Amino acid sequence: MALSAERPMVVRLAQVRLRYGKAEALRGIDLDIEAGRMIGVIGPDGVGKSSLFALIAGARAVQEGTVEVLGGNIADSDHRDAVCPRIAYMPQGLGKNLYPTLSVEENLQFFARLFGHSAEERRRRIDDLTRSTGLYSFLSRPAGKLSGGMKQKLGLCCALIHDPDLLILDEPTTGVDPLARAQFWDLIARIRKQRPGMSVIVATAYMDEAQRFDWLVAMDDGAVLATGTPAEILERTGSDNLEAAFAELLPEEKKRGHKPVIIPPLDVDENDIAIEAQNLSMRFGDFVAVDHVSFRIRRGEIFGFLGSNGCGKSTTMKMLTGLLPASDGQAWLFGNVVDPRDMATRGRVGYMSQAFSLYSELSVRQNLELHARLFHVAADEIPGRVEEMAARFGLEPVMDDLPERLPLGIRQRLSLAVAMVHKPELLILDEPTSGVDPVARDAFWRLLAELSRRDKVTIFISTHFMNEAERCDRMSMMHAGKVLDSDVPAKLVEKRGAKTLEEAFIGYLIEATGESEVEAEEVTPDQARVVHEPLPVKQSFSLQRMLSYVWREVLELQRDPVRGTLALGGTVILMLVMGFGITLDVNDLRYAVLDRDQSSVSERYQLDISGSPYFTQRRPITDYDDLDRRMKNGELALAIEIPPNFGRDVQRGQDVAIGAWFDGAMPQRAETVQGYIQGMHQHWLADQMRMAGISGTAGSVSVENRFRYNPNVTSLPAMVPVVIPLLLLMLPAMLTALAVVREKETGSIINLYVTPVTRSEFLLGKQLPYIALAMINFAVMFLMAIFLFNVPPTGNVMALVTAALLFCVISTGMGLLASAVTQSQIAAMFLAMMGTLIPTITYGGMLDPVSSLEGGARIIGEIYPSGHMFTISRGIFNKALGFADLLGAFWPLLITGPLIIGVATMLLAKQER
Amino acid sequence: MRRKFANIYRLGVKELWSLWRDPTMLFLIIFMFTFAVYSAATASPESLHRASIAIVDEDSSPLSQRIASAFYPPQFVKPVMIAPAQIDPGMDAGVYTFVLHIPSGFQRDVLAGRSAEIQLNTDATRMTQAFSGSGYIQQIVLSEVEEFRTRYRGESSLPVRLELRARFNPTLDKSWFGALSQIINHIAMLSIILTGAALIREREHGTIEHLLVMPVTPFEIMLSKVWSMGLVVLLAAFISLQLVVRGALGVPVAGSQLLFFASAALVLFATTSLGIFMATIARNMPQFGMLSVLVLLPLQMLSGGTTPRESMPEFVQNVMLVAPTTHFVQLGQAILFRGAGIDVVWPQMLAVTAIGTVFFVIALRRFRKTIASMA
Repeated sequence: MALSAERPMVVRLAQVRLRYGKAEALRGIDLDIEAGRMIGVIGPDGVGKSSLFALIAGARAVQEGTVEVLGGNIADSDHRDAVCPRIAYMPQGLGKNLYPTLSVEENLQFFARLFGHSAEERRRRIDDLTRSTGLYSFLSRPAGKLSGGMKQKLGLCCALIHDPDLLILDEPTTGVDPLARAQFWDLIARIRKQRPGMSVIVATAYMDEAQRFDWLVAMDDGAVLATGTPAEILERTGSDNLEAAFAELLPEEKKRGHKPVIIPPLDVDENDIAIEAQNLSMRFGDFVAVDHVSFRIRRGEIFGFLGSNGCGKSTTMKMLTGLLPASDGQAWLFGNVVDPRDMATRGRVGYMSQAFSLYSELSVRQNLELHARLFHVAADEIPGRVEEMAARFGLEPVMDDLPERLPLGIRQRLSLAVAMVHKPELLILDEPTSGVDPVARDAFWRLLAELSRRDKVTIFISTHFMNEAERCDRMSMMHAGKVLDSDVPAKLVEKRGAKTLEEAFIGYLIEATGESEVEAEEVTPDQARVVHEPLPVKQSFSLQRMLSYVWREVLELQRDPVRGTLALGGTVILMLVMGFGITLDVNDLRYAVLDRDQSSVSERYQLDISGSPYFTQRRPITDYDDLDRRMKNGELALAIEIPPNFGRDVQRGQDVAIGAWFDGAMPQRAETVQGYIQGMHQHWLADQMRMAGISGTAGSVSVENRFRYNPNVTSLPAMVPVVIPLLLLMLPAMLTALAVVREKETGSIINLYVTPVTRSEFLLGKQLPYIALAMINFAVMFLMAIFLFNVPPTGNVMALVTAALLFCVISTGMGLLASAVTQSQIAAMFLAMMGTLIPTITYGGMLDPVSSLEGGARIIGEIYPSGHMFTISRGIFNKALGFADLLGAFWPLLITGPLIIGVATMLLAKQER
Repeated sequence: MRRKFANIYRLGVKELWSLWRDPTMLFLIIFMFTFAVYSAATASPESLHRASIAIVDEDSSPLSQRIASAFYPPQFVKPVMIAPAQIDPGMDAGVYTFVLHIPSGFQRDVLAGRSAEIQLNTDATRMTQAFSGSGYIQQIVLSEVEEFRTRYRGESSLPVRLELRARFNPTLDKSWFGALSQIINHIAMLSIILTGAALIREREHGTIEHLLVMPVTPFEIMLSKVWSMGLVVLLAAFISLQLVVRGALGVPVAGSQLLFFASAALVLFATTSLGIFMATIARNMPQFGMLSVLVLLPLQMLSGGTTPRESMPEFVQNVMLVAPTTHFVQLGQAILFRGAGIDVVWPQMLAVTAIGTVFFVIALRRFRKTIASMA
């Protein structure tokens, strides 16, 4: 299989297998790849190309078999660390490992710092790379706002910043327009010319692209179908293009029923228009997504929209379905102006959106039935209709399965069946075949041909595949929101004098964008041969790498208003809520009296209560019914009944009883009421006895109660020192947890896997900005405590600040810990919240002191850091203490922080598993 | 019109199916209405439980020993006997919530009929224990002294008694309050989360786009989520009230359950609308999660379900009148605790209906406006 036997091998795979749960992604791959070549791995989505690349790049842990890269086993972490600076990996997805809010320059700086280049070296490399890719004039633009092609170029620059020997590109051109695609491959060719020793491995779903590679690996269903040079493969299959060759290589059962797509000639009435658009425009803020698009689609024709990702195809389709109101211009469906409220027209249209968007929680049958019902297919027709669709689109064997368990090709057919269930006259299909293998794609197109020619359904379809566009009756080429031209595909080719539709499209693109989007400067041999300073030796912990993560996190945080608002606004809101909400004071209790005596003695008794600040008096109670009703609706918390002849009996020293009913619904409040009223009664009694001259025979025994630290026994001074640590624990933990898991969700965590950054550099780099943020939160809460809640600290403020800092290290560390073990943001947030709130409230001594806990709870309370922080916070706010008095609580805080970070580091994976 | 109802019904049934196949949400519902209710009812952190107390006994008399032995679990931990010098460090470190200081010669003074004084130091930063605990300690000390004294010489009792009776919960059993408050709280919380998450899920899966090209209106989509998620919460609350609260915890329910759940249905109208509204603001699940924390916590803590409304600043009380949960807590407590009927709670029901209508209209307008950008 080798082109020349002398070349060394850059990658050797032997019996490599990989499973995700039950699904087998790679089924025993054996492959040797020569150095210094450009190798193409071809095959549709989901055949295992990306898994294979992730293994080679060291991003994913090897499960079975051996993967040798650059002369060593990649499963060996020492070898991985040693060769990782020599490998560059660009994962699938437009700009997946880039940071969208960071500018081009910042992205490049970040990657260059990770590889340890000095400032001048970084400047030189960035200038070199961006000049040669044409990104130089866009250095300050955020990566998220680049076009698809430019994103891929930036991804390539980031990959090339450290002069790799092995470049791994996973579908770098998917979803990119043909011109940008051509430019991208030219760029790769130029770079290879400069660095002939570099090996390049590329995956692609566009078979026509593969023609230019040195050597091909055709993959299907986790296995290698064939290898060889493009010419060899064509010859072996006897095909004239690679797409046909690939279909030919597929195993027998997949090929069965594969016939070439033949679309019968079109026979339509020129004046019968199904869709018409005139100067349709869509603006999102400053961004013009669709710019004065006009076209007419005749009834019964297949009309195609060809263009790259983000060129406005989907937006135009959404405007036609009424999903998006057009900013400008007008469109007609069957002669009626498109109106979102027009239910009748909606019933005549079937729509299939770009991503699979049926209910994955409903079975295939339920999906079909739901859509039939919502389109008001008559109830007695529904079962028949569902059966008919199932038969026609080959869904019968899977009717009771959930869609997410089905292969992509079948889901695509289901989407089409759902769109057809109400027998629409018009189908709008938004990239229905992306990611589907060529055989399934052809099957899909045969269905479309039948729908169009037999059922006379008008089909409006968008695609980025040239060969699909060629099958349309007429098509529009779109770029950057504009229609470049519309006509019969063959005529478009003819008009431009091109050989293929792709060439014609490129011609249109060059014309539209003025030559090309940006002229890439030809790199002179001089520049190319600049001797780059060698990479610094790998260190176990590099301050520079850690700081580059700090720097990047700060930038991202600054540009994400939602997280920033939560961080500061959340603190303020929750502090207010808890300060006012967790109050255990009882005041303004509503009470009323049922006075059956009406004597001066009974009045004096009442006077005692009404004089208290804790009670407010309501109008007197008239009878028991009144008492009952007013207590039931919650108007009265306390009702007092003074019996008839109370005054007389008291004077005579007879045994009398005063009745007091209080609302026991809220036991906490009830207990306090009980206490108050008993105290008041005692007080009255003492007064009464003194006045009556019945002085006590015995000397009084009293318990003098000194309420310390909070003489008025009010809630605020007690709660504020508790709320501050609570919020200082919960919010920073949640934010930090999100910070790491977000990278997992967006995919940029891959940079941790494939760059020399270590886990501790990554985590500390992430943590430091959040410690700073948490300290700002602390400052805000501290000021609120003093100025809003009037609870100034009485002890040593410096000690409090020190403790807060130590505590922030712990709380952010807990966030890191939560993020290390979770995969989704919502799970990380939930875990961080529960993991901090529950132990703090239950065991941390927030309400009851730790010393009153028992058993396991006591142990948790002693270990969990919030209890110690409460002691410090209370000590300094309420008890006028300083460092020396609180030393016992400082030590645990000092130890816990590094401990938690250590555990988080250990739990964080350096490779995907 | 019939089509409208048919659509709302169909889409609602679809919501129920989606929920049925979402294990996380199902777990959340079950957890909230069983375990969370039960544990909140049985763990009552506010009560005087194992309060830590230390005693400085400078008298070392039978009376002082008698007092010391009067403190025992579950209300108090076994008292620690300490020296006077240990009072301040122990209290500063928060080890002792109460320190009782019995002076020397105390028993002698008591028996001689002289005035005697015991000092009680209370850590008033422990709000939960300070107030009720110190009152309790005073009572214990005084009654011990009283008993001690009556053994030596007869004493006349006080002529006027105070007969205190707690209504609606005679034994002041905290599990009653905890359990029923939890149910009230969870009805509001889950309805917000479920409806909001249902809408976000549609948005993240792209299915909302699909709905919008079909002959259904935003009004129908929104109402279908309101009824289906409201029904789920109502049903879960009903089962929880029967099995957990009345069954496992044995808490009596005073009033008409029919009336309670009818009012709950009115509240759900408001809270589910709130959920929709929040889901139109948040762009994805994490943002919705953050938003929920910021909305749910104030709703729970300030509507009077955790602490009495009258102790909050007046400004907060007035602001919270806008929240449906405030009225719900009032009417829920009135019905469940005090057995109130419709003649008592109609003003709250009216308020909840009005708030629900306003919330629904606002949420619908916002939903209509943002739905295009969701697709």
